[in-house]
Amino acid sequence: MPEPHGQPRAPLRIVVVGHVDHGKSTLIGRLLYDTDSLPEGKFEELQRVSERRGMPLEWSFVLDAFQAERDQAVTIDTTQIWFRSRERDYVIIDAPGHREFLRNMVSGAANAEAAVLVVDAAEGVREQTRRHAYLLHMLGLRQILVVVNKMDAVDHSDRRFAEVKREVERYLEDIGLSPNAVIPISAREGDNLARPSSRMLWYEGETVVDSLDRFRPLAAPIERPLRFPVQDVYKFDERRIVAGRIESGILRVGDEILVSPANRAARIKSIEAWNSAVQQVEARAGQSIGITLEDQLFIERGDVISHIQDASKLSHVFRTTLFWLGTKPLEVGNRYTLKLATRMTPVTVEKIETVIDTQSLGSTTGEAVQRDEVAEVILRARETLSIDEHRDNPAMGRAVLLDRYDTVGGGVVDMRGYPDLRQGSEVRSTNVSAVEHLLTTEARAARNGHDGAVVWLTGLSGAGKSTLAMHLERRLFDKGYHVYVLDGDNVRRGLNADLGFGPDERAENIRRVGEVAALFADAGTIVITSFISPYREDRNRARAAAPGRFHEVYVAADLAVCETRDPKGLYRKARAGEIKDFTGISSPYEEPDNADLVVDTSHQSVESCVDSLVAYVERHVRLERATVRAVGD
Amino acid sequence: MSSYLDALESRTIYILREAYARIEPLGMLWSIGKDSNALLWMARKAFFGRVPFPLVQLDTGMELPEVYEFRDKAVADWGLDLRVETCPPEDEMDPDLPPATRAATRKTEGLKNALRRDAYRGIIAGIRRDEQSMRAKERVFSPRSLDGAWDFRDQPPEFWDQYKTEFPEGTHVRIHPLLHWTEIDIWRYTKREGIPIVPLYLARNGKRYRSLGEKNITFPIDSTAATIDDIIAELETTRAPERAGRAMDHESEDSFERLRATGYM
Repeated sequence: MPEPHGQPRAPLRIVVVGHVDHGKSTLIGRLLYDTDSLPEGKFEELQRVSERRGMPLEWSFVLDAFQAERDQAVTIDTTQIWFRSRERDYVIIDAPGHREFLRNMVSGAANAEAAVLVVDAAEGVREQTRRHAYLLHMLGLRQILVVVNKMDAVDHSDRRFAEVKREVERYLEDIGLSPNAVIPISAREGDNLARPSSRMLWYEGETVVDSLDRFRPLAAPIERPLRFPVQDVYKFDERRIVAGRIESGILRVGDEILVSPANRAARIKSIEAWNSAVQQVEARAGQSIGITLEDQLFIERGDVISHIQDASKLSHVFRTTLFWLGTKPLEVGNRYTLKLATRMTPVTVEKIETVIDTQSLGSTTGEAVQRDEVAEVILRARETLSIDEHRDNPAMGRAVLLDRYDTVGGGVVDMRGYPDLRQGSEVRSTNVSAVEHLLTTEARAARNGHDGAVVWLTGLSGAGKSTLAMHLERRLFDKGYHVYVLDGDNVRRGLNADLGFGPDERAENIRRVGEVAALFADAGTIVITSFISPYREDRNRARAAAPGRFHEVYVAADLAVCETRDPKGLYRKARAGEIKDFTGISSPYEEPDNADLVVDTSHQSVESCVDSLVAYVERHVRLERATVRAVGD
Repeated sequence: MSSYLDALESRTIYILREAYARIEPLGMLWSIGKDSNALLWMARKAFFGRVPFPLVQLDTGMELPEVYEFRDKAVADWGLDLRVETCPPEDEMDPDLPPATRAATRKTEGLKNALRRDAYRGIIAGIRRDEQSMRAKERVFSPRSLDGAWDFRDQPPEFWDQYKTEFPEGTHVRIHPLLHWTEIDIWRYTKREGIPIVPLYLARNGKRYRSLGEKNITFPIDSTAATIDDIIAELETTRAPERAGRAMDHESEDSFERLRATGYM
């Protein structure tokens, strides 16, 4: 028992698996009783319930919480229960043995650090014995204890025990597992659980509890390379916090890191914490943290942060050994949603390499993988994935597949034969030094007849930005200006086709538009941009990209007016909840606090707004020559 | 440096952030009990001091006065967005239920009203697996039908920290970030973090509340534990179940099962 004031430790998580009716729940119930871990009154309750039902004392009732389970004497769903040996605390996960309850078994076993495989002494190894053992191995469990149960039913025969032991060990060896111990028990009678049995004196090995106590807890993988999958990016205040859990390795303030799959470098500025007196400088595997970066770069949920050395692999395609839980078979050409750490993305089944028979361990090629089968398949994603092999980094090499809303499979990643796309691609640094042009801005302005400029129109959807932009372009063009409109349609189709409409992607959209607009202006063109660009921070960044040439125009219009206009029917959809993060409805619009020009389309005509825009440009965008020939003059 | 409490906390923060990233609109039940307060504390940690979703209190008007006092002070001190949901009266509940179960059902109905009105797609609740054998079978992300019913025969697979976050219309999900904590863990964490608690948990005149519920269906236990350290010491040796003082758990063999299947927390 832990010292009352000593350092409490985490309980060891063990899963109990095996064929249906081989006695998993009975083992757990009796183990709790023999280690004095049953809550007060529980034993008496068991006696009462068993009497009322006219059945012998049923230990499994400790776990069978549902009426239906007690009535049918089968475990329906995975359950967890705490118990305590002299050495430490345990959480036992009881996984149902029924074939159709495989998903429950996986749900329980995937979380465990060690396993107990229960085999009936009379029946020996059965279908679920093999399947469960195979899955334990696949899930990466390596600490396994085998108990040969119901020894009382075979007259405590040492010969029968030896037969079953050999049978189990042979199968486990074939799949690459070696049990820590194989113990003859009778769970119902408590033989060899907490105390050595007097009925099996031929057995000289340890008891179940002693054997459990020798299992070791799994340590967080701090020695592996850093993997920090981005869970979210928070902008609750002036900080931009990248939040997530470190899956492996160690991260320190000042570290040069790489964001994948974009392959961008940045430096860690701080580790943020709430209600903490000390400034944290280091975080390790297992910790849920938040960091800020020195560099402004686009980052979103699903990205993976690593160090520049020892980065993950990049690939569109990978092989996975998976267990299939779907009611519909997995077939070549089917599309699913992949969940890989925090990334969610569509994948297509490219190939089924082999379907594995967990009973004979033979494998066949096949066109389909049926429910509860295990197979090796090749999956292809449209986007580049940051991925690790399961044997290198378990947490980053586990793929979960969804069919619409439902989890239908899970698999471990194996990249044999697939190239790492990172080879040959260069890390995109934020420290690029510009090459000097041999042409001056003045020379360009002299030829064009005017300076380059960014006329940045910002305002609500429906405020009239695009209409004004198009009219202004026409009027300036007619006056001889080199002018071009950048709007949502022409950038969203190409340059920004990879971006969605979440807050971060919108910010990235605007960042790119700002950079492109600055290049246009640098090349001597007057570029008119027409984007809602709701955030002040984003507009200021665009201003910073084109210093001295940026002109912010606030196209003001009342929300009510915009909503009545609703040219694309977007407000209606937003009100109906069909569009998330819609500016003005469910997402804020930050009005410019010192716009260079304000035009109000709810109170002025288009004509008069365009007039003031033209007048503004003529006044502020310096003309090199006194006369600009108007086209058509 | 890294203790088992840090590991429990990290997991809870991970779950809270998954919920916030994937489910909207989201609300968190706040009963003002010890688990709920520890969860609220971790939510503030997860989101760097601000709780980015509303808290919902299912109020039967039957909480002990100390609970209301604590609630009002916390709301003011921590700037919480609290929505108090007044539960429908007991005489509107199914008269066939045993009395304490019937009283507890008021909260189920209150929750349904809150779900209908604010259209929550996710409700965070601070239940733990070690509290009750039915709760031991829960998933971290547990889908419910529109009327809140829990189909325990058909729970989704949940492994490798990939939770069910995709749903058809008409479903909501209960999110259980404290499922892996035990009662003693909560007290050790409360002590370590200095989380304020309702004083009813501490013994006065030889009695304390081990689990807080409505005053008509919850009873204090015999105890001399006057500090959190005393409570931890008490729990290290006791074998009495935590919810022994909650009447609705014990009225019939399956009363809590029926409560949960119809949407109770």
